[in-house]
This record gives sequence, structure tokens and C-alpha cells, in this order.
Amino acid sequence: MENFQYILPEIFISISIMLFLLVGVFKKNSASLIYNLSNISLIILLALIINLSSLDTIYLFNDSYLIDNLSNYMKIILVGSGIFVMLTGSKYIQVINLNKIEYPILILSSILGMMIMISSNDLIVFYMGLELQSLALYVLASFNRDNLLSTESGLKYFVLSALSSGLLLYGCSLTYGFSESTNFDQILINSTEFNYGTTFGIVFILVGLAFKISAVPFHMWAPDVYQGSPTSVTLFFAILPKIAALSVFIKFLYTPFANMNDQWQTIIVFISIASMIFGAVAAIGQKNLKRLIAYSSISHMGYALAGLSTVSNEGIQSSITYISIYLVMNLAFFSCLFMLKRNDKYYENIEDLSGLSKKHPILSFSLLIVLFSLAGIPPLAGFFAKFYVFLAVIEQSMYFLAIIGLLATVVAAFYYLRIIKIIYFDPEKEEYETSHNLGLKITLAISTIFILAYFIYPSSITEIVSKITMI
Amino acid sequence: MNFPILSSLILLPTIGALFILFTKSSSGKYQSSKYVALFISLANFLLSLYLWHVFDNNSVDFQFVENREWLSGFINYKVGIDGISILFIILTTFITPICIISVNATITNRLKDFLIAILIMETFMIGVFCSLDLVVFYLFFEAGLIPMFLIIGIWGGERRVYSAFKFFLYTLLGSVLMLVAIISIYWITGTTDVEKLYELGIQVEYQNLLWLAFFSSFAVKTPMWPVHTWLPDAHVEAPTVGSVLLAAILLKMAGYGFIRFSLGLFPIASENFTMLVYVLSLIAIIYTSLVALMQEDMKKLIAYSSVAHMGFVTLGIFTMTQQGIEGSIFQMISHGLVSAALFLSVGVVYERHHTRLINKYGGLVSIMPRYAIVFMVFTLGALGLPGTTGFIGEFLILMGAFEKNILVAIIASLGVILGAAYMLWLFKRVVFGEINNQELKSMKDLKTFEIITLSALVIPILFFGFYPEPLINSIEASVENTLNMYNFDLINNLASKD
Repeated sequence: MENFQYILPEIFISISIMLFLLVGVFKKNSASLIYNLSNISLIILLALIINLSSLDTIYLFNDSYLIDNLSNYMKIILVGSGIFVMLTGSKYIQVINLNKIEYPILILSSILGMMIMISSNDLIVFYMGLELQSLALYVLASFNRDNLLSTESGLKYFVLSALSSGLLLYGCSLTYGFSESTNFDQILINSTEFNYGTTFGIVFILVGLAFKISAVPFHMWAPDVYQGSPTSVTLFFAILPKIAALSVFIKFLYTPFANMNDQWQTIIVFISIASMIFGAVAAIGQKNLKRLIAYSSISHMGYALAGLSTVSNEGIQSSITYISIYLVMNLAFFSCLFMLKRNDKYYENIEDLSGLSKKHPILSFSLLIVLFSLAGIPPLAGFFAKFYVFLAVIEQSMYFLAIIGLLATVVAAFYYLRIIKIIYFDPEKEEYETSHNLGLKITLAISTIFILAYFIYPSSITEIVSKITMI
Repeated sequence: MNFPILSSLILLPTIGALFILFTKSSSGKYQSSKYVALFISLANFLLSLYLWHVFDNNSVDFQFVENREWLSGFINYKVGIDGISILFIILTTFITPICIISVNATITNRLKDFLIAILIMETFMIGVFCSLDLVVFYLFFEAGLIPMFLIIGIWGGERRVYSAFKFFLYTLLGSVLMLVAIISIYWITGTTDVEKLYELGIQVEYQNLLWLAFFSSFAVKTPMWPVHTWLPDAHVEAPTVGSVLLAAILLKMAGYGFIRFSLGLFPIASENFTMLVYVLSLIAIIYTSLVALMQEDMKKLIAYSSVAHMGFVTLGIFTMTQQGIEGSIFQMISHGLVSAALFLSVGVVYERHHTRLINKYGGLVSIMPRYAIVFMVFTLGALGLPGTTGFIGEFLILMGAFEKNILVAIIASLGVILGAAYMLWLFKRVVFGEINNQELKSMKDLKTFEIITLSALVIPILFFGFYPEPLINSIEASVENTLNMYNFDLINNLASKD
């Protein structure tokens, strides 16, 4: 029983979910109440996780559940960004009439699933978490069910995600079959000798995971789902599943398959290069901001994977730093997107930003900072994210990857510049509303200041992350 | 010296920019913002003069060094100056107030934003010349792209979008390879501290590739032929003040980088690639001078002349002689003053007549006599007449070149003649001759603020043209030191081969 104190966060959030569901069923018009309660419970959840994070590595339930520095850090940024996602979207879902009780509950369940994924140390536990978060995400993607695009995106995501889950399961079963265990550490011990079964297992598992973080060539769902889903869900998609999947990526590569890095390193390098290039090139022609950010996130995942491909602690740490900075940039970007509102309609095409800087100088300035940061121009936070990754990549003498990656940033800079051009150089259009809810303003302010002032103390994230060692 | 004078120089303009950002002007004209910006930039100029005053000309070490922990212990924020950087800092702080004074002539909308952009730009430019750590250098070097992109894009001419993109992407593309090189240096030697790297040296087998990576960045920024094409576009479309900043200071970052990093860190590679630089420089000098001859747009003509002048600079640096390098630094300072002045002069007539086409002008001497005089001084400065700074720079560079390679020196000398040709022809077509265009008659001579800015530029051009001692004194010891280290490395390398 004493084990339960370590999974108090998971227990707490499960009870909250069930409680809110009951409240929702028995109390009419309780959507806003539940939304706010969910937010509060997320804050409590964050506090609980932080409370646990001072502990050392703990194995629970027959070693199938693991709490260590990696899982703690990932959970903290997961729940932390979850809070901001809820804060920024609160007004949006009211305006587009999505304020139903299921919405916050689905988000909470999805976060619970991700937390299980992050902490799992066993194939079965991992798969359980993965499916919990995916099921919640299918519904969230099609949450705006009167909207054709939203329905399409939900269906598309469901079909493709189910396929990838199938591949992943197949990979898991192969791995189990050849290593005689579902436990990550046990798999590592049992798979000392090379055999094709485990190699196939790795490939299938990596395919499934690459799908979850929308890395090329398993990215096809991302643009449609990003565009079709309600913007608040898109923001959720852009950040949280990526944190969870990256964490699982690290875990798989460096625990059960740590001995076989010669098998998977090439795959990761290929996926990484393909994502960086494809994301950068395909984004150029986009007209919809959400679609564009989908391609941009594909290319960003390429950089995060580049760090993972190095087989070094520095590489892992750089990937984690990358995703941490990436999530702040996305929060800032989407906060700006939520502010493009006029007469209860949200605008999301690039053309709608035309001449924004004349009437909305502060909003435009924030966008400017975010976009330059996404492009990786110093001295903004995005530069340091890339810098750490390339530091790790070049340490391993992977010059090819580094040069391709940096050239891809130049291509990517083009489409970010195009948005800046539209905001700053083009003739102005109608004014947008200027009154926004406090949560949105706070999120935008915090994230923009973080990006802008990161260079003053660039070790802030690195120092925390440097505790995470896998090798 | 405990007072962090260099960091103050770097930060002061940013503080000014923040102040302007957060203060609201009661009238819509933002005149008060302009005074704040002017005050800040002048204060910075005085501070840099003070720095020059306390600067020890005879020391070869880096002075006023500040070293703070920055990137989790392994990369430090380190700034410091020697004789090579001090003059560039003063050039920057000198040009910035001139830009701010000239602002209201050309900028009509969003003055406040423009002032902020200029001040932020000043921070980055001073940072480039101060930084003694490769990563810090890269940070400032790249960061300058953001304000310049906005200056060209927001306040530029008709094709401003194209030019701004071209400028940004060209320079970014050049620089990413430098980032790879910087990180590689970190892993090869364990530090990116320039001073330590000077002591440690970089193994010979890595030098060629690293040199090329740095070269790709500096060549674009200089700009050297054949990657110079962004410059004419950027210059033509940028507002006058933007062109001034670009020509006077931004281009100098690369020349400075060549001396500080290419020569200092990779001496053996520099020796290997000398011929490459000679050839590219000569092509730049001759070819772009010829191109400049054919230009119909005044700004484009001056832009091409900048490429040619920077060709002299790179040539001088890679002669690896005391005269050549001193001449290059002198030429960069001189070009900084002269090109700034020329762009301002073009701005003066553009603002009155709204065209930059040379054939729309003629006979300005009879309508604008004062203008004709200052423009003449700048023209002569640009073609390198004795008595102007331009002469001393080119003379020293050619002296260095003659010492090393007579053929190169002779070809480069042809460039001087071509330079005289296009500048004098420009002057003749714009200032002399009949007034063909009746609209020109309504043009007024220089206004007070124009007299202030232009004469502020005339004075140093002539003063240091006749009396270059103060500048040469400042750079002499450091250049000598750089060359000594360079030759020492070369000899060591030869000895190790035998």
C-alpha cells in the first residue's frame, strides 16, 4: 500500500475526472464550473508532481511503473502546459459553442493517459496509457461536430492513429516474443544478442511513435487535424501529445533498446532529416495559419529527434530542452491566434494578419518575437533550443545531420518571414477586438517575455534537465 | 577598471529603446522620442570617446575585459577590446546619432518603431565588435538581421519585400555554416573563448574546413563577389538611414571578422586560401567598378562602389602585412564615413526630388551650392584623393599588396582609376552641367540639420585624411601582435612538417 503515495498525482486526477463526470451528469449547465474546476485540479496536480520530484528513482508495481527525473520533468512541463492550454482556450470554446462538460474531462483523461505513458516501464502499461490519451484525442479532434473539417479531422486521426497503434502493438508483441518479457529493463537484459525479431519490433514501435509525434513519413494526419480541430484542441495537439511521445521515445530508445543503437540510429537520423526538410519546404505554400504551424511542428520534431539520434546524454537533454522551448513558443503563437477575433468569429488565415502592426502593435510585436524565435534567430529562445541540439549532434561528429538541419532552418526562415512580412509590410485590414480574457493575456505575456529574455539566463532549463541521464 | 564600460556601451541603446517603447508621446509626432534617442546615442558616443581616451594604445592585450558565466558554465559572456575593435566601436557610436538626426527627413510613418530599431541595431553592432567569445559573437552577428530586416521591409521603397527577404536569407544561409564551425571548435578545443583559442591554436587538419565555414558567412556579409548581389538590392530599397547603417557598419562586421577570426584562429588555412581571396577581391574591385560605371540609379552606383571598396579591404587583410591590414582597417573606417555621407547626400536630393535616377539631375551646383561642396568632398573621399581618409586606406593596402604580389597590386591599382572614373562621372552628371529639368529649380539648399550631419562627416574625413596618426596609433600594436602570432604559427607549422 505504501506505493500509492508515489502515484498520488495519477490517483488524484483519476478521482477528479470521475467526480467531474458525476457533477456534469447530475447538475445542469455545469460546463463552466467543470472547466474551472478542471483547471484548479490541474494546478493541484502540478503541485503534487513537484512535491514528488525531489525523490530519487522509484520502481512501482513489479517494476512496471517508474518515477525518475525524466518522468518528473516531463510530467511537470506536461501539466504546466496543460494549465496554460486551458487558460488560453476558455473564452474560445464559449464563443464557438463548445463549452460542454465533456471537453475539460476529455482533456484531463488525455493528460492522465500521457502521464501513464511517461511513467510506464512496461509494454502493457505503456500501451494502456497510449490508448487512453488517443481515445480522448479522437473525440477532441472532432469535438466541433457540426463542422465538416472537424469531423473529418477526427475521423482521419482515428483511422490513421488506430493503424499506427496496430503497428505499435505488433512491434510490442514481436519484442515480447523474442525477449520474453514486457518489462523494459528485462527486455534490455534479455536482448543482448542480435536477432531479426527484435529489430522488426523496434521498427514497428518506432513507426507507431513517429506517428504520434507526426514525424515524416508518418505525418500525413497532422495538417488536416491541426486545421480541422477547434483551435484550442489544435494547441493541445501541438504540445501535449508531443511531450508524452518524445518522452516515450527517449524511454524506448534508451532503456529496452539501448544495446541496439546501431539498429535504430539510422532510422532516427533519417526520420529527423526528412522531418526537418519536409516540414520546412511544405510550409511555404500554406495559407492557413493552423496548417502552417502543423508543418512547422513537423520540422521542429525533426530537430528534437536529431538530439535523440546522438546516443548521448547531452543529446537527450538537448531534445528535452528543445521541446520545453518549443512548447512555450507554441503557447505564445496560439495565444496570438486566439486574439484574432472580430464579432465572435475567429480568423486563422495568414491573409487575416495583413497590416496587423498598425492597429495592434503589441500583438504584432509578440508575433514577431515568436516567429523569429521559431525560425531560430538569436538572441531569442528558439535559437538556444537549436543550439543545444546542434551542440550535441556535432559532439558526435554527425556533421551531415547538423548541416542539413541548419540549412533547413534557412528554408524555414522563409515562411516565418513571410508571415512577418504580412504583419508588418502589408496594408492594414479591419481592426480586431482588443478585449481578451485575462488568462490569454497572461499566457501571451509570460511566454513572450520568456522567449525574449531567455538569453539573459540561458542555463535555466539546461540546469534542471542536466539531471536527466539515461546512459 | 571595475566599471563594466563595454557592457554599458552595449546595453545603453537597448535601455533607450525600452524607454521609448514604454513612454507615450503626447503629440502624434513622437518628437520627444527622437530627442530621447538622440540623447542616448550621443551619450553612448561620448562614452566611447572616453573609452578611446583611457584605451592603452601600446598594449597588445585585450582591455576592459568582462567575463561572466553565461551558458551553464561552459560558454562565458566575454567582452573586451583591442586596437582592432576600438575604432569600429567609435564608428558605430558616431554614425548612430547622425542616423537619428537624419531620421525625420526620410521616415514619415512609425517614427517611434524606427528609432527603437536603430537603437537595438546599435546594441548588436557594438556587441559584435566587443565580443571575445565565438558564441557571443555569433549571437550579436545574427541578431542584427532582425532590426535590419524590419528597417528595409517597413520603411523601404517599392521592392522592399524582395530586398528584405534577399538580405535576410542570404546572410542567414552564410551564417549557419559558421555556427557549425563554432560548435566544432568547441568540441575540438573545449572552449569558444577567443583569447584562449589564440593561445591554444586549432589543429592544422581542421583549419581549412573551419576557415571555409567562417568564410561563407563573412563573404556574404562583406559582401564579396559572387555573393554580393543582395547588397545593391538592399541598399536601393532601404530608407536612407538604413543604407547608412548597412554600408557604414554592417559591412564592417565581416572585415572585422576576417581579421579577428579568420586570421587569428586559422592562420595556416588563411595562408592556404590567400590566392582565393585575392582573386575574389580583384574580381570585386574590377568587375563591380565596371558595373558601377553603368548604373543609372545613384544608390545602386554607391552600393556597387561599396562592393569594390570592400574588395580592397579583403585584399589588404590577406596580404598579411602590417601596411595591408592597417590599411584595411583604415579603409573600413574611411568607407564607413564616406559611404554614410554619400548615402545621406543621395537622401538629401531624393527627399526633394523623389527620384534617384542620375539623368533626372544635373546642374545642382547653381541651385544648391553648399550641397555641391560637401558632395564634392565625399566624392573625392570615395575615390581616394590624397588629403581624404580614402587615400590613406587604399595607399596602405596597395603598399601591402606590392610587397606580396606585384601582379595583384597592379590589377588592384586599376580599380583605383575605375573608382575615380565612376565617382567623378556621377558627380559631373549630378552637380555640373545645365539644368535640363525645370522641376529642379525649386529645390532648396541644405537645411540646418543636414548641414550638421553632413559637416559632422566632412570633418573626420578631412581631418584623418591629413592627420591619420591617432587612428593608426590605436591599431598599430594590435595589428602587429596579430601578425606576429600569425607568422609564429606559420613557422611552427613549417617546422613541424620538416
